[in-house]
Parts: sequence; C-alpha cells; structure tokens
Amino acid sequence: MTAPLAHPEIVRMEAIDKRFPGVHALRSVSFDLRAGEVHALMGENGAGKSTLMKCLSGVYTPDGGRILVAGQEASLPNPKAAQDLGIGIIHQELALMKDLTVAQNIWIGREPRQSFGRVDEGKLNADAAALFAQMNVSMNPTAPVEGLTIARQQMVEIAKALSHRSRVLIMDEPTAALNDAEIAELFAIIRGLKAEGVGIVYISHKMDEIRRISDRVTVMRDGGYVGTVEAATTPIETIIAMMVGRALTDETPEIPDLEHAETALEVRGIRRGKELRDVSFSLRKGEILGFAGLMGAGRTEVARAIFGADPRDAGEIIVHGRHVKIASPGDAVRAGIGYLSEDRKHFGLALGMDVRANVAMASLTRYADRLGRIDEGKLGEIAKDYIATLRIRTPSDRQEVRLLSGGNQQKVVIAKWLLRDCDILIFDEPTRGIDVGAKAEIYRLLQDLAAQGKAIIVISSELPEVLRLSHRIAVMCEGRLTGFLPGGAATTQEEIMHLATLRPTLAEAHA
Amino acid sequence: MTDAPASAAAPRRIAVPQKLLAFASLIVLLVFFSVASPNFLQTSNILAILQATAVNGVLAIGVTMIIITGGIDLSIGTLMTFCAVTAGVILTFWGLPLPLGVLGAIGMGAFCGLVSGTLVSRMNIPPFIATLGMMLILKGLSLVVSGTKPIYFNDTPSYPEIAQGSLIGDLIPAVPVPNAVLILFLLAALMGWVLNRTVLGRYCFAIGSNEEAVRLSGVDTRWWKTAIYVLGGAICGVAGLIISSRLNSAQPALGLGYELDAIAAVVIGGTSLAGGRGSILGTVIGALIMAVLLNGLRILSVAQEWQTVVTGLIIIAAVYLDMFRRGKAAG
Repeated sequence: MTAPLAHPEIVRMEAIDKRFPGVHALRSVSFDLRAGEVHALMGENGAGKSTLMKCLSGVYTPDGGRILVAGQEASLPNPKAAQDLGIGIIHQELALMKDLTVAQNIWIGREPRQSFGRVDEGKLNADAAALFAQMNVSMNPTAPVEGLTIARQQMVEIAKALSHRSRVLIMDEPTAALNDAEIAELFAIIRGLKAEGVGIVYISHKMDEIRRISDRVTVMRDGGYVGTVEAATTPIETIIAMMVGRALTDETPEIPDLEHAETALEVRGIRRGKELRDVSFSLRKGEILGFAGLMGAGRTEVARAIFGADPRDAGEIIVHGRHVKIASPGDAVRAGIGYLSEDRKHFGLALGMDVRANVAMASLTRYADRLGRIDEGKLGEIAKDYIATLRIRTPSDRQEVRLLSGGNQQKVVIAKWLLRDCDILIFDEPTRGIDVGAKAEIYRLLQDLAAQGKAIIVISSELPEVLRLSHRIAVMCEGRLTGFLPGGAATTQEEIMHLATLRPTLAEAHA
Repeated sequence: MTDAPASAAAPRRIAVPQKLLAFASLIVLLVFFSVASPNFLQTSNILAILQATAVNGVLAIGVTMIIITGGIDLSIGTLMTFCAVTAGVILTFWGLPLPLGVLGAIGMGAFCGLVSGTLVSRMNIPPFIATLGMMLILKGLSLVVSGTKPIYFNDTPSYPEIAQGSLIGDLIPAVPVPNAVLILFLLAALMGWVLNRTVLGRYCFAIGSNEEAVRLSGVDTRWWKTAIYVLGGAICGVAGLIISSRLNSAQPALGLGYELDAIAAVVIGGTSLAGGRGSILGTVIGALIMAVLLNGLRILSVAQEWQTVVTGLIIIAAVYLDMFRRGKAAG
C-alpha cells in the first residue's frame, strides 16, 4: 500500500449533481483528495456532506458530473465497485455484528476457506492481527465485538476498511462518541495511515479537531460547494462564516444574581454502585448548572438517577423544598422534572410520529376526556404555538419528526417538557449532532428558559459549550463531584480539566 | 427545505397508503371472481363471505393493536376456544342465565390477556415466547375443563342467536345480515375509534414506534401494554362467543391455527409486524381478502389444498408489496 506518487491526487469529483424527488441535494459540487492528506469536509447538517460521500462510496449514483479515481474516470454503481477501487467508508453508525469476533467481522464474506467449506480460523485471526499491527493498535482478534467500546469498534471498522486495501478512507464524524484519550488514539492511527499514503476524508462538526488533524478543509452549504481552504492558516471564524453564511459572535453568559432565588432542586447523597458515589448539589430557579467531566465520569448517570430512569442505591431528592419519591420517570415528571437525553432518536422521540404527537407525548392524558378521547384540535393548536414560539422549522405540526433536522428535533423534545409544565429541565448533550447555526439558537433558547425561572442542568462534553452556557459548573470524575466553578469568563478550560481528572485519592487529600 | 437533503437520504417512496393498496386488491378480487363465476355475486354468497370473515376478523382486530405496539399474541386462537368453553361451563354445566355466560367469556378473555400482558410487560418475557406458552396452556385447559368433549348449549336455546340471528334482518327483512357480521363491523368501528382517537390508541403507536422514549416521557408503558393485552383478550372472548354460537357448541379441540390466520389478515392489511404502523380498517380489509379468496376459489372448484397455497402466496405478496411501497425492497 504505497502512495501512488504518479497521481498525488487520488480522487477528483467534478460538478457532482444529485437530485431526490423534490430536493436538489447536490448542486455541481467539486471535491478532490490527495494521497496522504486528511481533507476535512464541513457544513451544517443537511449541507450535503454525507450525500456527496455516498456518491463517492457507491451508495448513490450522481445525476451529473464525473468522478476520477487515480486519474481514471470511474463508474461507481454500487458500494462493491467503490470498495474494489480502494474507497472505504466508516459510517457514523457502526455496522458490526455484535455476536461475532473482531476477526470474523473484518473478514465477513471473504473468509479464508479450507476443504469442505470450513473457515480457516487460524488464518482469519492471523490476518486480522496483521492489520492491527499495521495500525499500531493492540487488539485481540478473537474478542467478541459486543464487549468493545465504541472507540474500539471503530478501530475494527478501520481495520476492515484497510483489509480492502483502501487508498481512500471516508470517516463520518468518527469522534462523535469518543473521549479525549480515545480521540488521541484515533488521531495517531490517522497519522499512521497518512504516512502510508492513504487519503482521508474527515467529516466532523468539531472545529478544534479539524485544526488538529486536517490539511485542507472543504465547506459545503445547502447542497452547494462554498470553498476549500488550508486548515493550518485559516481562522476558525472564517470556516464557521463559510458554513453558516454569516459570522457568529462568541458570547459569554451574563450571570444573573441568584443569591436570593428559591432552590428548585436539591440532591443529597445519590449513590449507585461504582457509577455514582455520594453526589449532592442544589439548583436554584433561573440557574443553568453545567455538568462537565470526561466520558464515563457519571454525568449522564446522575441525570438518569434523578429522573428515575435507572434505580439508585441511596439518595434524597428534594423538589421545591419537598422530599419526593422518584422511582420511575413517571414520578419525576409528576415532580416537574424533564430529561432530554443525549440520544434523542432512541430516548426522546417517536421518530415515525408527527410533531404534534411528540409534543403531546408526556401530557396526553391531560388532553383527553373520561373515555380517553384525545382533543386533537386543542393539541394541534398547542403544537402550532410551540412551533411558533420555539421557531421549530417544520412544514406543519403533522410532519413526522424523523424528517426534521437535529436542532428542530431537539426543540420538539423541549416543547414536550414545557407542555408538561416541567420547571426543572435536564439537558444531556443538548447540541450533539446539531449544526453550528442551530446550536446558537438552542443556547439562546436555554438562556430564555432560565430567564423565565426554569431551573436547568446542562451536561456537555464540549467545554466551550459548558463555559458559554453555565452560570455555575459542577465537575465530575469517576462518579464523584470533584468541585464547583463559577461560569462565564471567570473559569478556564484548564481549571475544569483539572477537576475532571481529580482522582479519588487526590480528592480525599483535598477534602 | 434547508433540511431536505438529510431526509432525502431515505429511499424513494410511492405515496400509496397500504390501506388503499389492500382495498384495491379486494376490489380486483371481487371483480375477477364475479366475472369468473355468476354464482359469486349472489346475495347469499356475499353473506356467506361476510359470515366467514367474522371470527377471523374479530380475532385480527384484537391482535392488530398488540402488533402495533411491536408485540405479538399467538394465544388468541386457543384463548378464543377457552372463552367458548368458559361460556359452556357457565351456561350448560352451571345452568346460569345467558348474560352471565357472555360476560364470563369476555371476562375470561380479559383475564387471560392480563396474564399475557403481565408476562410481557412486567416480567419482560418476549411476547412471542409468553404467548406461545399461553397458547399451549389454554389449549390444554380447554380440554381439561370440558373433559375433552364438546359442550352443547342445549339449555340456552337463544345461544345460536348471538351469531346467527339477524337484528338488522328483523328491522329490514331485505338485508338479513347475521349478527356475527354486525358484531364484526361494530367492533371494527369501535376499535378504529379507540386506535385513532384515544390515549390508549396513541400509546399503541407510540410504544411500537419507540417504547423507551415513551417511558422516559413519564408514561407508565408497562400499565398501558398490559391494558392493550387485556383488551385484545376481551376481544378473543367476543370471537369465542361468535364461533360457539355458530356451532351451537364449544369445541375444545378447535382454535389452533386461528391465530396465524388472524395475523395473516393483519399483515395483509398493512400493519407492520415491527410495530408503530397499522390500522383496523386495513385489518378488516385483510380479513375480507382472505375470505373472498377462499370463497372464490371454492366456487371455481379449486381444490382446498390449493386454496391454502394461494393464501400463503398472498401473504408473501402483500408484505413484499408493502416493503416495495416503502422503498425497503432489496436491490
């Protein structure tokens, strides 16, 4: 797998056009990739990045334009054809068979055979081991995929792509579910691949990553090509402006004086096994409390324990001065607590149902008569109200939510809890999978909600987000609260990271 | 429209509701058989088709809701029989009055639905397994309780009237629609209303669409799921009354296989076995298609063995068409 030096440009896509019924998804988009480079592809959700890469990987056939691979015009009628030309794609949603081993996954469909159709397991495992050696990753080829972390599964996907002798590797938001250490490891692998002459298309929303890993950046907007710039020399603001078509100003929150505000939620001594160890904190009306920490620090577990989604071993929850017994999400909702999961699609929304039904999901019984008959007219009015006040972009309240963008789906979940009169809202990664423009809008919405007196918890892995939103920051490490920091400009990312890596022994020493 | 490319990633769809497709198939079948045989479109034959649809249709309506939640109920056939046997015990063994027999049969259905629903929603046993177990338990219990012999309703002379009488015919003698058919359509109207207009119906779709999201919305999904199985069980009780009234006896050995016919009707009617999608109207049309097909083939003197083969083909074709319509077919 040496770099084809005669053709430093391994992929050239010229004037690619793609239409779907009613949508012009790609308008004359051009893109090129050189051997041994990481080329970032950026743009808001719906800008057409994934569609463009699906054209390159043979999932879609473009309606216009041409694709050259290593200087030769290529026809890519299906993913197999792309694979044969050395184009591999690692999808955002990993597609591994959980019950098979690492090696079995890599060689699926291409198992080395012995007589009578027996699979040569020895060769299978040895070949897989060789791939991981090439990647400089230690991995047991016979381990079942089931038990691997997302980061490790991703490495299996990369090995699988390499096993096809890929010269081009497309990575769609590879770091979405990784923590910092895992990202560092992934980047090391990417650098190794670069050195071997593999060209990498890197789709991501995270600006800091783009600067760290990529050589060039191509920005798309609304299915069109905006421009290609050098990553090292282009300011992030320029790239953001290219993506959203306007400049975004960076704001820090004005921290309201909450000294005399009523306490909305008090949590005392929540424990569960090794995940949560004696977590206590309080939250005032109108306050945004940010929860920072590394992946696995226990932030989501705190939220789910307060919400009654998971059982807890001990701990009291006091809402507006009253002890409440929360054993199920139903109890939490009755106490006025709403939880907005990081995984909206699995835990927040019924994707196949319309906006109206999703907004009403938590309040349905309130809009039904004694026979259980739903007042559809009333629900329609309510949904339309929220569509207007939260500026949910949808053709109507009867639109299925799976057709909305991430930001608008998030607003539908917010509307669901507002309708249910929840005045304590827990947002878990509120802007995950949401594009830059919509992020700012979600931030403003959270600030408005706080200003209206809602008590808000925001869990986020993105430190700039925590700093920008929070009035106060709680930092967790390995199931413990390791400290509180003031929000806004008073705190630096370094201070948060210090607390986020404060191991128990240290914490005890500090106490 | 700025978000459109994301949604455009979904394959092309042809906007034909499955209900329409099923309805069109039904019309095609009706036209085909009326052209093929002059006997087909006789009033008596149409009534026979409707009569034949009644039991399967009622069972299918009950299981439609359960399937929409993403569940399945394999026990509906033997539960129907067990409810019929229950009516027999109450009316014939104990000699109690008719209304108690009717209530007893429906109540027993609801109770068995409660058991299935509890197994599924509280004990987290997969619906297929839980109701497979219930299917065998109820088959056995029907034989045990009846002493393996049919129970005749000789002490309750009005019993056959439940299915075979004609309230409509009494009012309008020109239209002697049997009560079984009347019950089918009334029940369909009622359950269609429940599914589309009430909280219970909404939760059926929501649970089938994303149960965890519904639970995290603070809805007690276990309670609602149990309620849906209870309702399904009660409807099996109605089917038990219809079939035993038509036979004027509770036949304890009957019942196995009815569940699959009912599920077939549901599927032909466009309800997704994956949950989240479906309709009562579709199910009724599905049951009618099956009955029309069998009746028509019989009139054309196609051997019974072949009728079964055709039914199987229709089920596969219906599901394939549905997948094709939703753009999920292979290729």
